[in-house]
Amino acid sequence: MNSDVTDFASLAPAYPEMLMAVGILVLLLVGVVINKERSALVSWLSVGLLVATGLLVILQPVDGVVFNGLFVADSFARYMKVLVIGGAGLALILAMSNAEENGVHKFEYSVLALLATLGMMVMVSANDLMSLYVGLELQSLSLYVMAAIKRDDTRASEAGLKYFVLGALSSGLLLYGASLIYGFTGHTNLNEIVVAIANGGRSIGLIFGVVFLLAGVAFKISAVPFHMWTPDVYEGAPTPVTAFFATAPKVAAMTLMVRLVMDTFAPITQDWQQIVIFLSIASMVLAAFAAIGQQSIKRLIAYSSIGHVGFALVGLSSGTQVGVEGVAIYMAIYIAMTVGLFACVLSLRTDTGYVETIDELAGAAQTRPFVAAIMAILMFSLIGLPPLAGFFAKWHVFLAAIEANLYVLSVIGVLASAISAFYYLRVVKVMFFDAPIKQFAAVPGELNIIMGVSGFLVVTYYFTVGSPLASMAHTAAGSLF
Amino acid sequence: MTFENSILTLLTWLPTLGAAILLLTPKGSVNAIRWMSLAITLVVFVLSLVLWQSFDASNPGFQFVVNMPWIGDSIGYRVGVDGISVLFVVLTALLMPAVVLASWDVDTRVKEYMIVFLVLETLMIGVFTTLDLAMFYVFFEGTLLPMFLIIGIWGGAQRIQAAYKFFFYTFVGSVLMLLAMMAMYWDAGTTDIIRLLGHEFPVGMQTWLWLAFFASLAVKMPMWPFHRWLPEAHVQAPTAGSVILAAILLKLGGYGFLRFSLPMFPEASAQFANFVFLLSVAAIILTSLVALVQTDIKKLIAYSSVAHMGFVTMGIFAGNALGVQGAMFQMISHGIVSGALFLCVGVIYDRMHTREISAYGGLVERMPQYAFAFMVFTMANVGLPGTSGFVGEFLTMIGVFQVNTWVAFGAAFGVIFSAGYALWLYRRVIFGALTKDSLKGILDLNLREKLVLYPLIVLTVVFGFYPAPILDTTAAAVDNLVAQYATANGLDPAVAQADARAPLEYVAPVEGAAQPADDHAAEPAAH
Repeated sequence: MNSDVTDFASLAPAYPEMLMAVGILVLLLVGVVINKERSALVSWLSVGLLVATGLLVILQPVDGVVFNGLFVADSFARYMKVLVIGGAGLALILAMSNAEENGVHKFEYSVLALLATLGMMVMVSANDLMSLYVGLELQSLSLYVMAAIKRDDTRASEAGLKYFVLGALSSGLLLYGASLIYGFTGHTNLNEIVVAIANGGRSIGLIFGVVFLLAGVAFKISAVPFHMWTPDVYEGAPTPVTAFFATAPKVAAMTLMVRLVMDTFAPITQDWQQIVIFLSIASMVLAAFAAIGQQSIKRLIAYSSIGHVGFALVGLSSGTQVGVEGVAIYMAIYIAMTVGLFACVLSLRTDTGYVETIDELAGAAQTRPFVAAIMAILMFSLIGLPPLAGFFAKWHVFLAAIEANLYVLSVIGVLASAISAFYYLRVVKVMFFDAPIKQFAAVPGELNIIMGVSGFLVVTYYFTVGSPLASMAHTAAGSLF
Repeated sequence: MTFENSILTLLTWLPTLGAAILLLTPKGSVNAIRWMSLAITLVVFVLSLVLWQSFDASNPGFQFVVNMPWIGDSIGYRVGVDGISVLFVVLTALLMPAVVLASWDVDTRVKEYMIVFLVLETLMIGVFTTLDLAMFYVFFEGTLLPMFLIIGIWGGAQRIQAAYKFFFYTFVGSVLMLLAMMAMYWDAGTTDIIRLLGHEFPVGMQTWLWLAFFASLAVKMPMWPFHRWLPEAHVQAPTAGSVILAAILLKLGGYGFLRFSLPMFPEASAQFANFVFLLSVAAIILTSLVALVQTDIKKLIAYSSVAHMGFVTMGIFAGNALGVQGAMFQMISHGIVSGALFLCVGVIYDRMHTREISAYGGLVERMPQYAFAFMVFTMANVGLPGTSGFVGEFLTMIGVFQVNTWVAFGAAFGVIFSAGYALWLYRRVIFGALTKDSLKGILDLNLREKLVLYPLIVLTVVFGFYPAPILDTTAAAVDNLVAQYATANGLDPAVAQADARAPLEYVAPVEGAAQPADDHAAEPAAH
C-alpha cells in the first residue's frame, strides 16, 4: 500500500498524539536527570503537557485519516480526547497532595499516566483493528504498572497482578475476536470492514468475532459480566491511581465501543444491539444490588462506576445519533462527578490515614462541612436527582432509548437507578445525620478547588455547561453518521 | 427585560440568590441569617402578590410567557402561569415567611436550614411556573433533595427511616413518569407544555402515559393506598418541614393531575375516572377512620390530609368545572389550613416537646389565644361553613354528584368523620381540666407566633365567606380545561363548563346552565 504521508503537514490530524509522545520522552529524560526530591516538578510538567495537548486538540481541529487508514481524527474523537485529557490531567492533580503516602511520588507515575493517556488517545482515534489493539495495550500495560506502583504494599501489588491477569485475558479475547473478524471480512481497517459486512452479509464466524471483540472492550469499561476485577482493583490500588482508573480509561474504552458498534458493525445492528442491551441491563442491575452491602468507599465507587457504564450503554443501545450524543454527554458528566468524588475522598484524612469505610465518614458534615456538602451534592447527582447534572446525563441516554422503543430496558434502567439511590443516600446519611466520631486533617488547596469546580458545575449544569455541552455532543455524534 | 418576561424568572430564582448570599454569610451570625431569610421570603411574597394583581383572570391561556430553546433539542427555558398555577405560586410565597418565622427558634445548623428552605422555595415555585416538561420533572423531583435533608437532619427520633421512606416512595413513582415524559417528547416533538396541551396523543398510548403519571402523582398526592410514607414523614419532620410538606408538596400531585393527566390524556382520564373515584372515597373514609385512633397529633393531621386530598382527586376527575374548581379551591384552602394546623402543633411542641395527645388537656385555661387560633383551623379542617374548608369540599361534592352520585354519597361520610376526629382532638388537647403539672407553666402565643397564625386565620375566614378571589382567578383556565376534556370525550363542553363562574357572583347563569348537567348525570346514575 502506498503511503499517504507526503509531508509533515499531512500528519496534522495526529499532531496532538505526536506532541504527547515527544513530550513523554522528554519528561522521561527530565525525570531521570533531576533529583528524586523534585519529582513533583515532573507531575506539574505532565499536567502542563496535557494542557498543551488539550489546547492543540481544541484549537487546531483537523479532520482526516492518516497512517494508511490506521488513524482517524473527527469531531467525535476530538470530543472524547478532550474528556480523556481532562480526566487524566485532573487525576494527576489529585495525586499531588500526600503523594508520598500513596506511593505515587515517583516521577515514573506521571510518565506512566501520560503513556496511558497517549494509548487512550490512540484508542479514541483508532480506525483499524491494529491501531485499536496497540492503543489499548499501551494504555493497559501502563495501567497495570500504575496499579502496583506502591510496590511495598501487598494490596496494591495484588491489585496490579489481578488487573494484569484479567486484563491479559481480555486482550486475548479481543485479539481472538479481531482475528475472526479479519478472517471473515478480509480486512483490518474499520471502514473496509463496514463495506465488507454490508456486501457480504453476516456470517456466524463474523458474529463470533463481534462477540469476542465486544467482550474485550466490555472488560475495559467494566460492564457486567466482565466487571469482576473492578472492585478489587479499585480497592487495592492507591486512591489517586483509582481516581485515574475511574475516569479517562473508561471514556477511551467507551469511545472504542461506540465507534465499533456505530460505525463498523452498523450493518449488523440487530446483533450488537442484543449484546449491548444485555451488558447495559446486567451492569445497572448488578451494580445497584451489589453496592448496597459495601462498606468500603472505594468498592462502593467501583460498583457505582459499573452502574454508570450500564446507564451510558442505555444510550448506545438505541443505535441512534441521539443515543451517541447521550453517551458523549454522559461520559462528560461522569468524569466531572467522579473527579469531584475522588477529590472528596482524598480530602478526608484522619490521623491514621485515608478514610476507607463509609462509617468513618460519620458526621463529616459538622467537622468538614464543605467537603461533606460537595460529596452530598455528588451523591445526589450520581443518583440522577434533578436539578443536578447527573439527572441530565440520564435524561439524554434514556431519551434515546425511548426513541428507539426500548421500553423494557428503560423501565429496568430507571428502577435500577432508584435502587442505586439507596447506597448513595447511605453516604449522605452517614455524613449528615450521624454524629461525628473522627477529626479530619486539613484539606489541600488544589483539592478544594477541584471539589468547588466540580460541585459548581454539577449544581449549575442547567445554566452553565448544559447548553454548550449538548451542542458539542451533537457535533461530535454527527461525525459518526 | 420587561416586567412581563422577567417577573416569573425573578420569583423563581430570587430565593436561590438569597440562599447563595446566605452561603457567604458567616455561620455564627445566626440572627442576621434569620432576618435575611425572612426579608427574602417577604420580598418573594410581595412579588407574588404583584404577579397575581397583574394577572389577567379572564385570559384562559398562559401569561408572562418566556419560551426559548436551551439544552439540545429537548429541554428549553419556558415559563408562564395560567389561572391554575398562579395561585399555587402565591400560596408558596405566602407560607414561606410563615415557615421562616416559625423556625425562629431552630438553633442547630441555622445557616444550612435556611439555605435548604430557600432552595426548596425556588424548586416549588419552579414546578408551578415552568412550561417545559423536562423542567417540570426537574423541579418536581428536585424537591426531594431538600426535603430529604430537612427530615433527616432536623427531624425527630426516627427521622432516618422516615426520610428514606419519603425518598423512595416518591422517587420510584417519579422515574416512571420521567419515561412517560420522554415518550411524550418523541410523540409530540417538543417539551413545550403549551404545545403539548394542543397535541392529541393516540388513545392507546394515553393509557400508558396516564398510568406512568399516576404512579408518580398518586404517591405525591398521596392517594390511598400509596400514602404510607406521609404520616411518618410528617411526624418526623420539623414543624416547618411538615408545613411545607402538607401545604405545598402534596399539591404538586394535584397540580400534575390538572396540568397533565386531565388535559393531555383526556380519554385515559375518563377511562380511569371510576378507579380514581374508588381510591378517593377509600382515602376519605378509611384514612378518616384511621385518623380517629391516632395518639400523635401530627399523625392525626397527616391522615386528615390524606382524606382531604381524596376530595381533590375526586373533584379533578369529575372532569366538570365545579369539580375542578372545587379541587383547586380545596388545595389552596388545605394549603392554608393544614399548614396552619401544623404550625399550631409546632407551637405546643416547642413548649412541651411532645406530640402525644394524652400529654395535653385544658390548654384553654393557660392559652386562650392559642385555643382560639386552633379552633378556627380545626373548624376549617372539618369544613364548617364560613371557613375556607367548606367551599372546597362542597364544590367537589357537587361536581362529583353530577357524575357519580354514589361517590358523592361516600365522600359525604368523610365530612362526618372529619368532624369526629378533629373535634375530639380539639376537646382532648384544649378543653378539660388543666390537671397535668407540666402544663401549669405553659405560656400563650408570643408575638412571633401571633404574626404567623393571625394572618392565616383572617385568610381562612375571608375565603370561607368570600371565595371569589380564588374562584375568579381559576375560572377561565378551568373552563378551558374542562371544555378540552369534554370535547375529547365526545361530551358537550357547555355541560362540563356549567357553574364555571364563582357561585356568589354568577348565580343567575348558573341556574340555567346547570339543568342539562343534571340530566346528563342522571343517566349513568340510573342503571
